[in-house]
Amino acid sequence: MSGFDLKRRRFMSAAAAAAGVVLAPGVTLYGIGAAARGLDEPASADTRWGLLIDVNQCTAGCDACVTACNEENGLEGHGRPATDAQWIRKVRVRNPKTGTETHLPVMCQHCAEPPCVDVCPTGASFKRADGIVLVDKHICIGCRYCMLACPYKARSFIHEDLSDQKPHAPRGKGTVESCTMCVHRVDAGGTPACVEACGENGNGAMLFGDLNDRDSEISRRIATYATHQIRGDLGVDPGVRYQNL
Amino acid sequence: MAAKTKFREVEGWGFGYLSLLAGLGLLVLAGLGAAWFMEHNGHYVTGMNNQIVWGMPHVFAVFLIVAASGALNVASIGSVFGKTVYKPLSRLSGLLAIALMIGGLAVLVLDLGRPDRLIVAMTTYNFKSIFAWNIYLYTGFFAIVGVYLWVQIERRMNRYAAAAGWFAFLWRLILTTGTGSIFGFLVAREAYDAAVMAPLFIAMSFSFGLAVFLLVLMLSCAGTGRLLGDRILKRMGTLLAVFVAAVLYFTAVQHLTNLYAAEHVGVERFLLLEGGVYTTMFWVGQVVLGGLVPLGILLLPGIAGSRTGIAVASVLVVLGGLAQVYVIIVGGQAYPLVLFPGMETASSFMDGAPATYAPSLYEFGLGLGGFAFALLLVALGVKVLAFLPETLADAAVDPHHTRPSAVEPAAAGA
Repeated sequence: MSGFDLKRRRFMSAAAAAAGVVLAPGVTLYGIGAAARGLDEPASADTRWGLLIDVNQCTAGCDACVTACNEENGLEGHGRPATDAQWIRKVRVRNPKTGTETHLPVMCQHCAEPPCVDVCPTGASFKRADGIVLVDKHICIGCRYCMLACPYKARSFIHEDLSDQKPHAPRGKGTVESCTMCVHRVDAGGTPACVEACGENGNGAMLFGDLNDRDSEISRRIATYATHQIRGDLGVDPGVRYQNL
Repeated sequence: MAAKTKFREVEGWGFGYLSLLAGLGLLVLAGLGAAWFMEHNGHYVTGMNNQIVWGMPHVFAVFLIVAASGALNVASIGSVFGKTVYKPLSRLSGLLAIALMIGGLAVLVLDLGRPDRLIVAMTTYNFKSIFAWNIYLYTGFFAIVGVYLWVQIERRMNRYAAAAGWFAFLWRLILTTGTGSIFGFLVAREAYDAAVMAPLFIAMSFSFGLAVFLLVLMLSCAGTGRLLGDRILKRMGTLLAVFVAAVLYFTAVQHLTNLYAAEHVGVERFLLLEGGVYTTMFWVGQVVLGGLVPLGILLLPGIAGSRTGIAVASVLVVLGGLAQVYVIIVGGQAYPLVLFPGMETASSFMDGAPATYAPSLYEFGLGLGGFAFALLLVALGVKVLAFLPETLADAAVDPHHTRPSAVEPAAAGA
């Protein structure tokens, strides 16, 4: 990275941080998620990125989040649903006793204690200090043990050749992948594509933010309303919370 | 006491032996071809998908790895438990154990998404992963069984055979605990996540390993014209029955424990009643053909101990074992993950629906290729080194058999 780029990044970083301070509390719902982080700066455990999904706002026919994810990360299907990658999906949840239905997006839940990271033999599955769970495509051997271990069916194996990859979301045939929480956007101070699309084209059901920051919108909502972690009983402490589930 | 056992390599290059090598070699080549085809095109050409991520290759690989540690038991019974009659079999036991392990690992590695990164798996470890531990357990197994074989074969080192045998026995118990724990440690899967997986796998290894050993032994003796006594065969047949019963016992414990807990009733209903091919494979393949029928053949008065009976029972145990591993691995994945207990779910990613899996010819090819590779290694091993005893006639190997004539020559002559 050139000196100019670094300076520019640091400037943006400072500007975004300042914007956060000026606008807080409560105004920065979808626009500014984070201060940009320099490439030479490691992710910090002071932050824990998370999502809050208001299930009441999420509707059956809407797949703005799914479309945005596919577009952002270059996930193109081959018309083979059993083997095509899906990083985020809309799940219909029906109570068989009452017949009530809810619809909600499910993606990598970015667990604090991720089973995929525990079982990965090479350490390719890893959790960043800021809670984002990723796969290092360079050392993933494609054993797929993480897919067996994930409680959320969040991971996909690349079953065939890829073309037209997005430079910011590198993928590899024979390796496993999943939602990166749009780490390239987050590191640049933005929000994940699904959250942005849900706000712009969907129903504003998704909120992204720092679970460790008490003043963040996501933390205040979680402190105010009852929220739910899918399979919270497993003790893996997902970073994705659901409201009104 | 029986005379000291003499071991001898397989002699000559008979048509039968060459045909065996050629047949196994062709299967190995077919397996390699299948692996190349799958890796070249990507796994979409297989039956595996994002729901069933481990398919037929893993069934063969796990079966072979489990059987490998079990095949070593024959040697352990001689060295560790002091059963003299088994000592002449210990070299073949060690060779078969190493060969089956190589065959199983070859299948496992060739089914990886990136088999070219094997070096990464050997150099980059996450020590919280049972898979990473297993890499050490497998490589350690080769080293320990190798040393065990060496101290048996090298006369000056014979005095260390008992110690090496003990070490190998303990190692193989830990190794199979590790293999079972691959499934036992999966916290989120209804069909796994159970401590019983480790002892179940140990029982499976005893059973599958002995069955494969018996078949290899009988074929080797028949093929090389060496005597194989009825008594030693019958003893191993009875032992196989005990191991088959142990597998049935742990299987019962596994399912009964799950049936008692309301949260696991769903997966049990799937596997035991409504799972289609998995239910059939469980009851017909694993329990009846792989369990009850061999038990009957091996224990019922009249047919127990018959040579054909032991061979048939061993074949059934192997086939039933493959069915059992299939039900565990594929059936366990086919039952959908429960994200929302008590709710019905549906999605474009097959949430809430039993996964479908139809193994492709390539996966069968790779699995069978691994099996053939293991047997090819044994066939070559007994050719180049003295693994097989010259005779396994009862009088030559069984101290109890010869005692009357040794102690009371007059009575023997009468």
